[in-house]
Amino acid sequence: MARFRVPPIPAAEITPKDVFLSSRRRFLAAAGVGAAGLAAGAERLLAEEKLKTVPGKLTTTGETLTPLGKATTYNNFYEFGTQKDMPARTAHTLRTRPWTVAVEGLVKKPQVFDVDAILRYRPIEERVYRHRCVEAWSMVVPWDGYSLSEFINACNPLPSAKYVQFLSLRDEKQMPLVGESGFTSAYSEGLRMDEAMNPLALLCVGLYGEALPNQNGAPVRVVLPWKYGFKSAKSIVKVRFLASAPPTTWNLMAPNEYGFYSNVNPTVDHPRWTQRQERRLDSSFFPRTIATRPFNGYADLVAGMYAGMDLRKNF
Amino acid sequence: MKQRTIAALKCVVFPVCLVPAGLLLRRGLAQDLGADPVAEITHVTGRWALYMLLAALAVTPVRRLWSGLAWVGRFRRMLGLFAFFYATLHLLTYVLLFSGLDVPGAWAAVGGREWHLLGQIWAPAIATMKDDVVKRRFIWAGLTAWTLLAALAATSPVVVLRWMGGKNWRRLHWGVYTAGVAAVVHFWWLVKPGVLRPMRPTLVLAILLGARVVWWARARWAERQRQAA
Repeated sequence: MARFRVPPIPAAEITPKDVFLSSRRRFLAAAGVGAAGLAAGAERLLAEEKLKTVPGKLTTTGETLTPLGKATTYNNFYEFGTQKDMPARTAHTLRTRPWTVAVEGLVKKPQVFDVDAILRYRPIEERVYRHRCVEAWSMVVPWDGYSLSEFINACNPLPSAKYVQFLSLRDEKQMPLVGESGFTSAYSEGLRMDEAMNPLALLCVGLYGEALPNQNGAPVRVVLPWKYGFKSAKSIVKVRFLASAPPTTWNLMAPNEYGFYSNVNPTVDHPRWTQRQERRLDSSFFPRTIATRPFNGYADLVAGMYAGMDLRKNF
Repeated sequence: MKQRTIAALKCVVFPVCLVPAGLLLRRGLAQDLGADPVAEITHVTGRWALYMLLAALAVTPVRRLWSGLAWVGRFRRMLGLFAFFYATLHLLTYVLLFSGLDVPGAWAAVGGREWHLLGQIWAPAIATMKDDVVKRRFIWAGLTAWTLLAALAATSPVVVLRWMGGKNWRRLHWGVYTAGVAAVVHFWWLVKPGVLRPMRPTLVLAILLGARVVWWARARWAERQRQAA
């Protein structure tokens, strides 16, 4: 059974990025490197800021990507404001280091993982996924991470664990607008165990080859492309293994609008709009309206998990 | 206030009321409407329809409270018509952009004079809208508000007022209160539970309508006192 062996580096020992960069630039300048050499050096530095990724086999092809600028300025992250342009402006108050993820519940042994250990645990794959919001818009995002199942295996859940719960950070200091979110406790989402173990479920640490911007759920989140976006919990601080389904935030807020499963399903309307179609937000200014596909186009990989279930009831 | 001053002031207020539409147009031409321009256009036009309606509804209370400001009554029709103007833009956004109409396709069909294609292009959007009208109460509320504003706008010229007679005209135009309530209800019914954005316009509307109820009750009470005496 895979275990994390990388000891977390104490935060005090990590050289802040700006210090590292400026001292390096000073060194380069002092060494009398010419303009060309500096440019090469800068290029290397930039490369070091990026995540090292390998292409993911489960990546989605044949879609036009949503530009980074759109994916990072149009976010539902209510802890940082309820309007979609707000998180990009307000989430800078989130401190993503040091950051730990506590694993508890029905596991062999509760553990606390440092996020940097999570980052180094497996090769970071780039996976392009369609991202369908329950509000009937969608994006196509190159996420970076690895299958959630790899992480879950490292958590050593007991056979009695049938569900997994993800809890997001809730901190009034780092999230001054959390009081206006309407959420009364930490954002909670959950999956059935087999859903969480599906290789398509991604433990995500970056997008577009760079560490996750705060507004996109830094430093670690899940991405579940066959479900509506709100199922993909952001800024996770706790993972709990449970025998029964956990309460989930939007389901508690409006059980008739947001089911526990919330699989993308064009035949089950949201009470206030149709889910048959979606506005695809890609590089074109004028969004195209396209037909929504069952399980967001990932039916061949996930539909089997719901065989025999009435998906109108279990929406 | 002099007739000439009112006329001059109207020449200022009119373009000022067009500023939100102008800014929206400018942002659209600059491709600066955020990641989801359709949602942004819908929100901006809806918001300004509501603001204009509230402004029109504020005219009477302002006149009653400050007799020196009686001249604002001359701007009521303009504000009401602007409420209708923004509500119409809002409705058109829904019909043309939100419904899923293939606008580039429709545009090409019109340009190429291939009228037979238009029906095909419209069909899915019409199906979506039919569905919305049948199923969704916030759509009913919004349509109610717009229909009322349309009726008031159509009967706004003085000629129509004369033709209808003051009494009928006034009765019809009480519909503006229903339109205000329907607009606010539309807002509440479309936001996610827990979102309190409609609260402020609702409070303003409650004050504007509440003031009228208070005045009406006081007038009735005074009338009774007089009859009793």
